[in-house]
Amino acid sequence: MTLSFEEVEHIADLARLELSPAEKELYRKQLSHILDYAARLQSLDTSGIPPTSSVLPPHSVLRADESRPGLPSPALLKNAPQAESGQFRVPAVLE
Amino acid sequence: MASITDLTLAQIVKALQEGDLSSRELTQAYLERIERLEPGLHAFITLTPELALSQADQADRQYAAWRREPGAPHLPAFLGVPLAVKDVLCLANTRCTCGSRILENFSPVYNATTVERLLSEGMVILGKTNTDEFAMGSSTENSAYGVTHNPWDMERVPGGSSGGSAAAVAAHLAPIALGTDTGGSVRQPASFCGLTGIKPTYGRVSRYGLVAYGSSLDVVGVLGQNAEDVASIFTRIAGHDPLDATTMDLPVPEIHLGPPSEQALRGLRIGIPDEYFISGIQPEVEAGIRTAIKLFESLGAQAQPISLPHTEYALPVYYLLAPAEASANLARFDGIRYGPRVPAETLGEVFRCTRGEKFGPEVKRRIMLGTYALSAGYYDAYYGQAQKVRTLIKRDFEKAFQNVDVIAAPVAPTTAFRIGEHGDDPLAMYLEDVFTLPANLAGVPGLAFSVGFDNQGLPIGMQLMGPHFREELLFQAAHAYQQVTDWHTHQPVL
Repeated sequence: MTLSFEEVEHIADLARLELSPAEKELYRKQLSHILDYAARLQSLDTSGIPPTSSVLPPHSVLRADESRPGLPSPALLKNAPQAESGQFRVPAVLE
Repeated sequence: MASITDLTLAQIVKALQEGDLSSRELTQAYLERIERLEPGLHAFITLTPELALSQADQADRQYAAWRREPGAPHLPAFLGVPLAVKDVLCLANTRCTCGSRILENFSPVYNATTVERLLSEGMVILGKTNTDEFAMGSSTENSAYGVTHNPWDMERVPGGSSGGSAAAVAAHLAPIALGTDTGGSVRQPASFCGLTGIKPTYGRVSRYGLVAYGSSLDVVGVLGQNAEDVASIFTRIAGHDPLDATTMDLPVPEIHLGPPSEQALRGLRIGIPDEYFISGIQPEVEAGIRTAIKLFESLGAQAQPISLPHTEYALPVYYLLAPAEASANLARFDGIRYGPRVPAETLGEVFRCTRGEKFGPEVKRRIMLGTYALSAGYYDAYYGQAQKVRTLIKRDFEKAFQNVDVIAAPVAPTTAFRIGEHGDDPLAMYLEDVFTLPANLAGVPGLAFSVGFDNQGLPIGMQLMGPHFREELLFQAAHAYQQVTDWHTHQPVL
């Protein structure tokens, strides 16, 4: 299993990570090595085995549909790098 | 009385209640020891001395009121007792970095449920402990705030990712600490630092206010000097939480730990899995575990060989599933709602540049790996297959627990390794987790504790694993062992 440089760029794009050319090359090698190791899973016959959805027995988590107070917006905005008029400020998305 | 900071949690509670010690005296003793030893150990990311002293004074006022009118006001269980908290658990209005630059200024607006429960029991917070970035690591070397040193040998790692909590307790900078365990992050540092550490059953302890890494694996645990101390904190943080839908609504039993007794473990069936005694394991680690098992037998337990045949697949399963979950969980760190923002022209560039610059190398590696395992065309082969093999691993445990009560194994193949030893080989570092990952994948509880030292003077850790929600079996067995041995009382010379 050898990843190509282009595949690494595609994954980085999906993951929204800006990587330097040196990082891309490093991850190309390291991820190829790790995926090689993971390939041993392919040798197991898992036909008829359900995937684990939870390690716990199924249990109901329904609660009453009632409104409850949430955090006030000043608290929510406290950690924002940029905020304005009670909202998160971001670069323009639409022209 | 020996030095104040040498007291166990149980001794501290007694001394405070009997008025032999004030919480301020106690808290100051820890803060002074931290001031002396922290520069060499680096167990903490953030210290909270002002908060600690104000909580201590508040506790002393409550004790004074209680003494004037004993029995009248309710006395919280750990009133005035200091605690260290791993820096992935939120403490309101105190910086929570997760060991990452991407949260270097993050100030939570609420407490994690575990923290909240211990605050309501009167505990005093000394600070937030060092961790591998977002708990991704086995050595605490992946912290953006510098490595923590092992109190038993300053050139070695304390284990990870709860390495700061482990080093703090081992060096007696705190009597007890909270950690988290996604793939061994409580048990392995407890083992490397000679402590007792519980990874509870998945769903036993609330994850609310824990910054998520691998949500189907993460669990909050406790590191302390002995099984009794750890059990007493565990019972206070365990139990259903409406704020975490994965916690089970089951009663949390009081854990009764008896006095020393010759046949304390009569009838306890201990399984010894062949797959955990592989070639490559440090001979002294295997010898230490085998000697401990003999001692368990002398206390009345019956040891028998068992097989957990899919053990060898736990590592590849974990290193696909945990990164996959991490890649989704860490999508929220994008420079918009918290953390620093790297300025850029477009929104997309803000996301990419902030994440590229502020995440460390191991976090980026796992996000990349997880994104790949979930991406179109590879999902079935990697993520899907890993989830199926996880079922096989879980069934191994279910089958084993039809015949035995607990399973005994080493925590890690080796004792603490040197700082920098696995520097540029991520897979070699992942192999350190080979014996701890299966319990996370199966959701079963695991308790690590010290069973001796190797010829370098480094602690050897054993783990007991049990069926879901049967933590008390593990505590009872470890406590019986600690009643007739003194490994847990050894201290590093600092």
